[in-house]
Amino acid sequence: MSRLLIRGGRVIDPGHGVDLQGDVLVDDGRIVAVAQLLAPDSAEVLDARGLVVCPGFVDPHAHLCEPGWEHRETIATGAAAAAAGGYTSVCAMPDTDPPVDDPASVGFIVAAGRRAKGARVFPAAAVSAGRKGEHLTEFGEVVDAGAIAVTDAGRAIASSKLMRLALEYARSFDIPVLSHPEDADLARDGVMHEGVVSTRLGLKGKPSAAEEIGASRDLALAAATGGRLHLQRVSTAVAAARIRQAKECGVNVTAEVTAHHLLLAHEVVASYGTEFKVDPPLRTRDDTRALCAALADGTIDCIATDHAPRHYDEKEQAFDDAPFGAVGFETTFAVLHTHLVVTGKLELATLIERMSTGPRTALGLARGTLQPGEPADIVLLDPEARWTIDPGAFLSKCRNTPFAGKQVTGKVVRTLVGGRTVRDASGSPRAASAP
Amino acid sequence: MKRSAPTLGKDLTGLESLSPEQIRVILDTAEPFKEVSERQIKKVPVLRGKTIVNLFFEASTRTRISFEFAEKRLAADTVNIGAVGSSVSKGETLVDTARNLEAMRIDMVVIRHWSAGAAHFLASRIPSNVINAGDGAHEHPTQGLLDMLTLRDHFGRIEGLKVCIVGDVLHSRVARSNIYGLVALGAKVAVCAPRTLLPAGIEELGVRVFGRVEQAIEWSDALNVLRLQLERMQDGFVPSLREYNRVFGITRERLEWAPREMLILHPGPMNRGVEIDSDVADGPHSVILRQVTNGVAVRMAVLYLLTGDAPDLAEMARSGGAGRA
Amino acid sequence: MTAADSTVLMDDVAVRRAVGRMAHEILEKLGGTEHLVLMGIQRRGVDLADMIRDAITDAEGADVQTGTLDITLYRDDLMALGPRPVVGRTLLPRGGVDGVAVVLVDDVLYTGRTARAALNELMDWGRPARILLCVLVDRGDRELPIQPDIVGREFPVLTDRRVDVLVPRLDGELAVVLSQLERR
Repeated sequence: MSRLLIRGGRVIDPGHGVDLQGDVLVDDGRIVAVAQLLAPDSAEVLDARGLVVCPGFVDPHAHLCEPGWEHRETIATGAAAAAAGGYTSVCAMPDTDPPVDDPASVGFIVAAGRRAKGARVFPAAAVSAGRKGEHLTEFGEVVDAGAIAVTDAGRAIASSKLMRLALEYARSFDIPVLSHPEDADLARDGVMHEGVVSTRLGLKGKPSAAEEIGASRDLALAAATGGRLHLQRVSTAVAAARIRQAKECGVNVTAEVTAHHLLLAHEVVASYGTEFKVDPPLRTRDDTRALCAALADGTIDCIATDHAPRHYDEKEQAFDDAPFGAVGFETTFAVLHTHLVVTGKLELATLIERMSTGPRTALGLARGTLQPGEPADIVLLDPEARWTIDPGAFLSKCRNTPFAGKQVTGKVVRTLVGGRTVRDASGSPRAASAP
Repeated sequence: MKRSAPTLGKDLTGLESLSPEQIRVILDTAEPFKEVSERQIKKVPVLRGKTIVNLFFEASTRTRISFEFAEKRLAADTVNIGAVGSSVSKGETLVDTARNLEAMRIDMVVIRHWSAGAAHFLASRIPSNVINAGDGAHEHPTQGLLDMLTLRDHFGRIEGLKVCIVGDVLHSRVARSNIYGLVALGAKVAVCAPRTLLPAGIEELGVRVFGRVEQAIEWSDALNVLRLQLERMQDGFVPSLREYNRVFGITRERLEWAPREMLILHPGPMNRGVEIDSDVADGPHSVILRQVTNGVAVRMAVLYLLTGDAPDLAEMARSGGAGRA
Repeated sequence: MTAADSTVLMDDVAVRRAVGRMAHEILEKLGGTEHLVLMGIQRRGVDLADMIRDAITDAEGADVQTGTLDITLYRDDLMALGPRPVVGRTLLPRGGVDGVAVVLVDDVLYTGRTARAALNELMDWGRPARILLCVLVDRGDRELPIQPDIVGREFPVLTDRRVDVLVPRLDGELAVVLSQLERR
């Protein structure tokens, strides 16, 4: 493969403290050098002046819906949409139909991921057979087939005993257990955050305590077993505080948060907009503030999209009847850059870290830095570009975003996976719309 | 010289979004409609030629019949659709049902649905007027209005009145509509129930909370007693109906302690011997049957006022179609 | 209310004189006050009905039953109006209207549509033995085959004019005025 010189950008590699104005040289799909003023030699030159060059984003939590829900998304469309959002690796949740709980189904995801043009796809397998919460799946076999983690995805593991066994058994294969921390009994039938808004709307609420109990239990079991715990989609201030305490005590835990939980509070549900129906539910302003702080101080290691495509028919229902979920690939960087970085609440390098190196570490992936020898998974960002989120322009099959029509600043211009451009938005009208 | 009532907008989905003026207009308009039901010929030609669909996804006898009387006394043509035995039970979505009705050129939909927000959902998707006849635990605006009309009939005012809603506020759309409407018109509102049946943050709606029914009786001018669904016991919200009656039931003995004359309302249907004792329900304090009568008048008023916002009619009026009567 | 561009057709004294005569005509036509009910049409017909009642009481020393009628819900142009008109009160006399002589009292008779609505409403209330139509002003230009039985004064005016009866309760004075119809 030919040589590529990405020239003149602001190169940020937060994993190694790199933040310089310079060039990145790629050869044969791998990074060769990062420095100021590299000689082009025979390399193709990519002009990155005015752009940020950083490791490709890694999404620890995405629902690609294949097999079983292809009207929502396929691995091919999901990988393309992920690349459009700057993601070079995504971890696919196993809550498909049938669920990914054996080597064959893991193999299917791996193979379909290889065929897809876009982000690399890494499957997570179910913790329990059929995601039923009863018996462990064969961790050893699914890991051999390519699974990088185990999770019952979106379904809390009700049995503390099973959770303990999962954390212990996963140690043998050095994979994390991704957990949706929730006391299912307490949260049952809830469709939004339990509080004054749910009271006003007459909707059944999920109390914050449901997540706090789930997180506390999982952390206690992680401490007891020494297993690798990754808490998914943290939404409450108290859960964030528990994670902080656990980390101080040396518990082997990582945690993720989504853009919508960082930016939106339950008041937005006020007119029953099903685009705001997500799980866990949007909480209070106090929670969003605490989550932003936890993200900034590293308590929360990474940002997840929880990309959950839903067909418009499914969301075109009364709030109770509509499914949970929002797409996130193509909006996450832009909305977080706009509301956290432009406003000065978070350094750009920190945001990049939480979207690349952070999830890379949590998942134990060998991707997500700009070190020589690493695969050239790179994203080019235009931090100045202003555009409007238009779900009609998504590469995802679905449009269910809570950020439709929002003005944002910061845009993914080009995504390279293994040195190959899988997404080039530099010529798109969106980039040209910058004033 | 022509006097017009403030408009309600296209739909009535709840009382929370209405101004005090709009609520007052509905109550004032209900007054002349009370008389219509007293006539030999109980019909006025207000909605002649209008088609109204009563779309009831949940079983309801009282509310549906009350709406139907109101519609018929205004000379509208009505069609009743229940969830059982209709396309709704064959998996048709709410929006498809509505669009099909719309294609048959209807003018109004009265909807009862188990999902909170269903009326709002429908109203934002079809051009017909939509009236919420109860959506999940959200609102039941015409019930709230008829309760307020009944209170106003008796006390001559709403402002300053102390009204306590007793019972399962958590699952009650009647409670929410009463709270929004009464607070808007300046009443003092309280709720009284076991904490397991009060929703989170209820105080933020501007109500005070009584833990014991004796305190509520001492404070109130009127009690609005909610039905305790028997399922609530199975769901574990209260340990037993016997205990509920003993601790929270409205009994004659308790009312004897009331420092002033007390009015008892109940949206029905009643569980006699659970939330209310028979000698209270049938006693001198009770205005439960007056509520039923007022229900028809309030619904007539709402139907009448909503037709004023049909866009094509407003257009006709602007183009000078209206002559001097 | 009486603006500069309006002409007073009847002043306070003239209206009172007409009302007095109308009261006598009613008595003459019905031969007394027995079974007589005066129904004022909302809103200014109500005031005129009260004045007629007072005149009859003065003349005969007998009490006369009155009621009010709001014809809003019977208007034939109801659905063509924008916001809903305010519905006034209909107050029937005790004993209803069955078998009695009802005198419908209104301020101005013009197209006849109000009288038509009032007749329909009255029929829905019961079966009066007889109905008389009594108006203070008949300005002509009927659109329906309806004629008054008792008239205070006839003023044939052009269709671009309006005739208003002012009453003390609502307008602070008693008069009949002619003005230009506001074009909107």
